[in-house]
Order: sequence, then C-alpha cells, then structure tokens
Amino acid sequence: MRSDRLDRAPLPLKISACLGLLFLHLPILLIFLYAFTTEEKSYRFPPPGLTLQWFAVTWNRPDVWAALTLSVKVASLATAIALVLGTLCAAAVSRSAFFGREAVSLLVILPIALPGIITGIALRSAFSMADIPFSFFTIVLGHATFCIVVVYNNAVARFRRLSGSLVEASMDLGADGFQTFRYVILPNIATALLAGGMLAFALSFDEVIVTTFTAGQQSTLPIWMLEELIRPRQRPVTNVVAMVVVLVTLLPILAAYFLTRDGDHIAGAGK
Amino acid sequence: MTAILFENVSRHFGSVRAVDGVDLAVAEGEFFAMLGPSGSGKTTCLRLVAGFEQPTSGHIEIFGETAEGVPPYRRNVNTVFQDYALFPHLSILDNVAYGLMVKGIGKAERRRAAEDALAMVALPGYGARKPGQLSGGQRQRVALARALVNRPRVLLLDEPLGALDLKLREQMQEELKTLQKTLGLTFIFVTHDQSEALSMADRVAVFHEGKVRQVGTPEEIYRRPKTRFVADFVGSSNVLSREQCARLGLNAPAASLRPESILLGAPADGQLGLTGVPIAASFLGPINRLTLDCGGERIVAALPAGTPVPATGEPVTFAFNRQDLHVMEEA
Repeated sequence: MRSDRLDRAPLPLKISACLGLLFLHLPILLIFLYAFTTEEKSYRFPPPGLTLQWFAVTWNRPDVWAALTLSVKVASLATAIALVLGTLCAAAVSRSAFFGREAVSLLVILPIALPGIITGIALRSAFSMADIPFSFFTIVLGHATFCIVVVYNNAVARFRRLSGSLVEASMDLGADGFQTFRYVILPNIATALLAGGMLAFALSFDEVIVTTFTAGQQSTLPIWMLEELIRPRQRPVTNVVAMVVVLVTLLPILAAYFLTRDGDHIAGAGK
Repeated sequence: MTAILFENVSRHFGSVRAVDGVDLAVAEGEFFAMLGPSGSGKTTCLRLVAGFEQPTSGHIEIFGETAEGVPPYRRNVNTVFQDYALFPHLSILDNVAYGLMVKGIGKAERRRAAEDALAMVALPGYGARKPGQLSGGQRQRVALARALVNRPRVLLLDEPLGALDLKLREQMQEELKTLQKTLGLTFIFVTHDQSEALSMADRVAVFHEGKVRQVGTPEEIYRRPKTRFVADFVGSSNVLSREQCARLGLNAPAASLRPESILLGAPADGQLGLTGVPIAASFLGPINRLTLDCGGERIVAALPAGTPVPATGEPVTFAFNRQDLHVMEEA
C-alpha cells in the first residue's frame, strides 16, 4: 500500500526537483555555450554567433599550457604521495591495534573536514616559519594533505572487508611480506586505490584555496582562470579551459564510481 | 622423532594468560588433537607452531630446531584455517599453486602439482573456478590441497570442520584420517568437539584456561580422566564427590564413573555398590538413560536396551567393577 503511494510524487515536488536540477546544471551548460560565442568582451544572451575559433586560440596560448602542465604535474605528484602514505596509514589503522589508533584515524581525516582556508593559512605560516620558499613542491604538499584523506578512506574501507587470515595464509604458504603485499593485498585493494587515486587527482586538479596560500609565482589552472576573469581578454578562452577542467575532473569521478559501486561508497566524494 | 616440542610455553596478552606453562611433545606421523572449550588456548598453541604468535616465555622446537624468531614463511608447517582463507581474487588452481609460486617453481610444474593435489582431495577439474563459486565443503578441500601441495612436515588444522554440516563433517573426518595415514604426515588438529577428537586422533591434549590438563590416547582420556574438568568435558561422566568416595571406602578428592559401567543389582565379588532413588528414565534407542539420586548427588546410568528399568521413586541398589571407578586428582 505504502509503496503505491510512494510510486507517484505529487506534481509540485516534481516541479521543484526539476527546478533544483536546472539551478545546479544550467550555469554549467551556459559555460559550455559561451565557449563557442563570437563575442569577446562580455557575455550577452543569446550569443550573437557561434564559432570554434576559441579552441584554436586556446591551443596557441602558452600561458594556458603552462597552467595546465603545472596542474597535471601537481595533481599527479600529490596523488602519488597520497597513494603511498594513505595506503600505509589505512593498513596500520585497520590491521593492528595500538594506543591512539582512533586519534590517528581522526587526525588523518581532519584536513578534509577543516575549511581549506585554515589548511592554507596553517601551511603558509608553517612554510614561512621553516624558511621554505614557495614553489611547485609547496603546492604539492598542500594538495597531498587532502588527497591522503581520500585515498585513506577508500583503502581503509577495503582493508576492513579483507579477511585478516588471508595475510596469514599467504605467510603460512611461504610468502614474505613483500610477496604477500604484491600477490594478496594489492590485488584485493587495487580498485579501491584506483578510485581513491582518481578522486585525489580530481580534487587536486580544481583546488583553489589551499593553492593560493601555498603557491609562489606559479598559477595552476584554476588560479589562472580566476586571474583571467579579472582582466577580460579573449574571454571565451576561459570557457574553453573550463570545459576541459569539467571533463578532466568528471571522468575520473565517474570511473571511480563505477569501480567501487559494488559494495563500498566513495568516501570523500562530496568535497 | 619429536615433531613439535613445547617446553613451559606461555603466551600472555596483557593480563590474559591465553597459554600458560604448556609442555607438549607431538611425535612424527602422529594425529594429535588439541581439545578444549573456546578460549582455552588451543588455537593460540596452534598459532605458536605456525609462527603467527611468539611465546611470551618458554621454548618451542620444530623437528629439533628452535622456532623462536623464525617467521611463518620459513617454517615447514602449513595451516588449514578455520575460515579457509582462500584468496578470493585467484582461481582454485592459483590458490593451490600459491605456495609453489612464491617459492619460484616453474609454471608447468606447479600447475601439475596443483592439479595432483586437487585430485587427491577429490576435486579434479575445479581449477578454473573462483573460491566464491564453491560450496563450504569444497572450499575446505581446496584449503587442504593448498596446504598439502607444499609437502609440509606438519599440517595444522584449526577447527577445519566447524563450518560444515553434520553429514559432511563425518565424511571429512574419515577422509582426513585416511589422508593422514596415507601420507604419514604429522597432523595437529584443533577442535572443541570431543567426539571428533576422540574418534580421529592418536593422542589428545585437553586444554582448559591456557593449561594442558591431560594428554593421552582417546581411550585413556575417556576412561581415566585426570581431573573433574576432563571428565566433564570429554564425556557425560559421573563425578563422585569426596563424601561419596568415602562411602565406598576410598580416600580420594573425586572419582569418575562412566554411565555404561553401572549395573543394576547387588554388588558381586570385586564390585562396589551404592543405593539410589531413580528420578528419571528416558529411552535413547540402544540404551535407557536412568538418573539416580544418591544422597543428593546425581548419578546417570546407561542401561542396555532390553534390561528392565526400575520404577522411579523406589530405592535401588546398583553395582560397578572396582576398576571402573577412576580416582581423579582434584574435585
């Protein structure tokens, strides 16, 4: 009986749901639309004409390439660091009991719960106190703080499902620690690591706040976009780049979703 | 030759004495059962042999070589785990061949060895499947094959039949026993099921609160339990108190008397007798179970079917042979 009633939502609810979805996604579609506009200075609706010229212009702009390369490098390195440290931390927390385990678990997750601005300020003052010049590596370190969380959350969920006796069985059959990791642990956590790594990459790729505090003269792609909005010059170029960013971050998240949908959720996907 | 030797071995977890001063010697080629209730330390003892635990104090030898500090992967013993612990991402054949693979044995050779091992546990042709596609009994056999393919000198079995239903269990008990005799391997078998231990093992160690209470052949354990705990745990034996023993002219803290040793009627020469009031009788097929009240203590008698069962409430005399009354160490 109840399910019959639940089958049909009342019309006002349907309308407001549609409006909500439009509100969320129409602006994104507009960004895509203005990547093709012929008008350079301001965004008028409807666009006076459509063109593909901005793709060629973007392709030939060295500053776009510099920002894109930097972003990809930062995201790759931050993800690599996060994969190693996050997995080790997840293994320690889920495979052994030690004093302060819960506290460690909380402290690892904290960077994603803290507002980015706090992480940014904290890192900036720490770097200047330690006399570390702001560089590519300070950006990577900043990004790694929250990338670790994503990897850790995914890995810890998988470790919990992994029966502890599998590791013992492997050792019992003559495999040392490295062989056990290579042949038993890694195959069983691989999809979780892939999902966590992709999310970490996506998070790092569009991060603005922490980056502004930890970057020196370099601009990552999101920072570059922010700067472009302030001085309008070939505005649709920004839209073209925005399209690329959406695709680059959306595809890994979708892939991560499909890799892990059997069973565990993608922890931290909401950031 | 002594396969496994424990000398005053203890394993403490904080204040919990999981294993407390255990001495054991398992001979080569023996089917040795560690019997005890859960938490009695039997599984910890097995893990000490496998190398997953290190003793807090004491000394362990495996075939005359000290085991301290030797990691599990350098011990020539293999374990069949309670939950089987098959690798879910590998096929059955790769599971069985795992031990050979990590030792660096060639693909063709380990494939052949794994197929032979699967045939030995009556699962030929199952190699391509994944563990998830097998039943509990089949997984149990794969776990056995995976351990045996490494030709261990000692096979450790941690409640391997616990997850199987009764019929399969009895079948596997026989198969394990046959396999052990054919291969001439040393088996150490952990179980909380006394009938399983008694029917399969050459010798049984009864564990209680981290200590070994008695080691002996199944018959010794059953007929001559050393302590009240062993008598209670191993079978539904009657335990006579110090007062009851005194009534029989014995000065002992306790004594055990098997229900099937009790005969109705006055004691003959060389027999002892007691009087009791029957309070309940039940028919159990081959026997009639009669519960008697002997001065406040309950004594259970197993009477062969066909013998007359006395009416409840009427005092009766019963007798037993002197040697069937077994004096125990403590109450």
